[in-house]
Amino acid sequence: MTVPAALAVLPVVGPMLAAGGTLLLRFHVRAQRVLALAVVAAVVADAAVLLAAADSGGPTVAHLGGWPPPIGITLVADRLAALLLLTSAVVTLAVLGYAVGQGVVDERTGGNSMIFHACYLTLVAGVALAYLTADLFNLFVAFEIMLVSSYVLITLDTTAQRVQAGMTYVIVSLTSSLLFLTVLAMVYAATGTVSLAGLAATVPGLPPALRAALGLLVLVVFGIKAAVVPLHFWLPDSYPTAPAPITAVLAALLTKVGVYAIVRTHTLVFPHDGTWPLLLCAAVATLLVGALGALAQEDLNRVLSFLLVSHIGFMLFGLSLFTVVGLAGVILYMVHHIVVQATLFLASGLVTRYAGTSLPRRTGGLATVVPVVAALFAVPALSLSGVPPLSGFVAKLALLQAGSQAGAASGPDAGAYRAGVYVAVAAMLVTSLLTLYVMARVWVIAFWRRPRPARPDPDPEDSLEVGTATMSRPMVAATTGLVAAGLVFPGLAGPLSGLATRAAADLLTPSAYEHAVLRDQPGRPTDGHGAAGRLAPSTRRTTGNSDPAGNGGTAGNGGTP
Amino acid sequence: MTPPPNHAVLNLTSVVVVAGLYSAGTFLLLQRGLLRILVGIVLLGHATNLLLLLVGGRSGRPAMSGSVPPDQMSDPLPQGMALTSIVITFALTTFLLTLAYRAWTLLGNTEVRDDVEDHRITALEERLEAQAGFHFFPHPSLPHPHAPRLHRADRDGHRPHQQPAPDNAGRDADDAGPDNAGADNAGPDNAGADEPASDGAGTDESGSGSSGDGRPGGDQG
Repeated sequence: MTVPAALAVLPVVGPMLAAGGTLLLRFHVRAQRVLALAVVAAVVADAAVLLAAADSGGPTVAHLGGWPPPIGITLVADRLAALLLLTSAVVTLAVLGYAVGQGVVDERTGGNSMIFHACYLTLVAGVALAYLTADLFNLFVAFEIMLVSSYVLITLDTTAQRVQAGMTYVIVSLTSSLLFLTVLAMVYAATGTVSLAGLAATVPGLPPALRAALGLLVLVVFGIKAAVVPLHFWLPDSYPTAPAPITAVLAALLTKVGVYAIVRTHTLVFPHDGTWPLLLCAAVATLLVGALGALAQEDLNRVLSFLLVSHIGFMLFGLSLFTVVGLAGVILYMVHHIVVQATLFLASGLVTRYAGTSLPRRTGGLATVVPVVAALFAVPALSLSGVPPLSGFVAKLALLQAGSQAGAASGPDAGAYRAGVYVAVAAMLVTSLLTLYVMARVWVIAFWRRPRPARPDPDPEDSLEVGTATMSRPMVAATTGLVAAGLVFPGLAGPLSGLATRAAADLLTPSAYEHAVLRDQPGRPTDGHGAAGRLAPSTRRTTGNSDPAGNGGTAGNGGTP
Repeated sequence: MTPPPNHAVLNLTSVVVVAGLYSAGTFLLLQRGLLRILVGIVLLGHATNLLLLLVGGRSGRPAMSGSVPPDQMSDPLPQGMALTSIVITFALTTFLLTLAYRAWTLLGNTEVRDDVEDHRITALEERLEAQAGFHFFPHPSLPHPHAPRLHRADRDGHRPHQQPAPDNAGRDADDAGPDNAGADNAGPDNAGADEPASDGAGTDESGSGSSGDGRPGGDQG
């Protein structure tokens, strides 16, 4: 089954145009909401079609502007990109529903919703572009679209606290973006191309030291965005201050896009044979530091932020093995984690709204007062800890199986690798246990005590949501929908893991990706001179190429409303 | 007129300029003041843009289709990338400037600060240590005279609608839930800026012993 290439462009262009539309409709809040919901729902449907097409008939490829692959920018919806796009679109739809529900009952956000919807849609477009793009520079542009929207969203309704949190966030993100540009310049100097397919062909010809240096730089750049320890410090300081729906979407998507970028670049451009010890160490550190950090926290949102950091380690572990089973585990874990993390932050938002505080200690037993919220928090919390039969169990099981397989491997220096892998497996189990402990503690303190009036926090993290004690039906419905989506996951575990395995096999055979991108193009993707062709522009592309600049214009204009 | 192909030489001056910009930008980025950081980011942005131009190789004629043979043109792609990054850096500089202005109006300064919650955790640890009578971890800088209270008092001082402090009669008894009571009661906001100062120092059994927690106001900046 093949679908028109325009379908691969729609998830980017649709929300972007709709963002402009909501700005035109700025005095008609209801029309804005309808438009935003309709467009995101269309992206969900589109992503489902793309996924079906990618699984049955190969990737959907769109050449932007009609430029052939080595010169122009290409969007590729392969299995991995389409699956993550579908998951992210479902989550963004649910979170948008929650935000609309919140806006309906809460007029205070009505004043800002003209910017809110535009920023939210740009964020959706940026996330989609990051998944779909097959060009490293375009990936930078996608990250910028995403980040600029998130800067505005995080500092929306500016209070002193959000400004402080926003400063940290913006400065760290900006630093990583500038580092990304530097890496891009070096990659271009070394290879003469920035398209991922072209890089997959040329980078293996580079000297090993240069290749390792570039790979490390790319890892650092995306490691900041994915909050890999020791590059995670910004995350727990900045996310918890934003309103619940914004925190939910940022926490669920932005770090995972970072992980996706690590997966994509390090399987396609900088592949490793066998386990990568450095990434394994980073994974163990991320797992333990995040979980121990969560233990020390009191505020609900901060607990969740540290757990978010911690669970990035699971994905890094699967990637560090560089096996099909490991990557399949990563893909399953990303899908699970995107849904569950968003659900948890939405449920935490419900708690904050109802009780007027996000400190569980101050809420007083809520289980009998609002049993729905207690259940909506408990299910994803158990899922995150990996309690069977929820989605976290399936994903963690896949990773543990991958770990035991890799641990059983034999090779020249298998002993050290085996020890490292088993240490990481132990760290994963300990982290799951700590997650369960932290979650159980939070749940018991917040919900399972004798009911009494909550004591609103005099100094809340999220002062704008406090004291309303209202939960509209759409907010609860959106959260319930996400919980249900998390419950569907283990039911579909068989087909999903089959799909993840096929996607992982695609990742480990980069030539398939190259062929898909360059299908219309007989011949080599680039000149292929590698290091020898460095600084010799006459051998590079010589046609005027306005595509990167054109896209950058979009980023500058659309991303900073 | 045009140099022979592949006779590409890096311009030493440009390399030195780029390296200098990177160093200065990194130095400024490590400062506390937001405006210095802003200048640092601008410098780093310039460095990156120049680097992008440098990697384009030797300069040549404008890359207009049909004007000159392709081998005399300069490489247009890094120029496109540099243009894109200029636009993005420009937009973000503007955003950071507005953020700095907002911080100045709300906080009275533009300093990038350590996280408030981290300080609460540190204060909690100090209090527990004071109760236990020994240090869990060696603290070279103990006691922190101002650190835990500074941000909070500062923030509250500028908040337009300050919420009244809740009455805390019997709160400690209430707080002893199923969780272990020690960590629960010693929560950092049981003492300090959200309550009357005398209360925080006097009745709160956990807050009285440690350094800096009974301090009523702190530094108002």
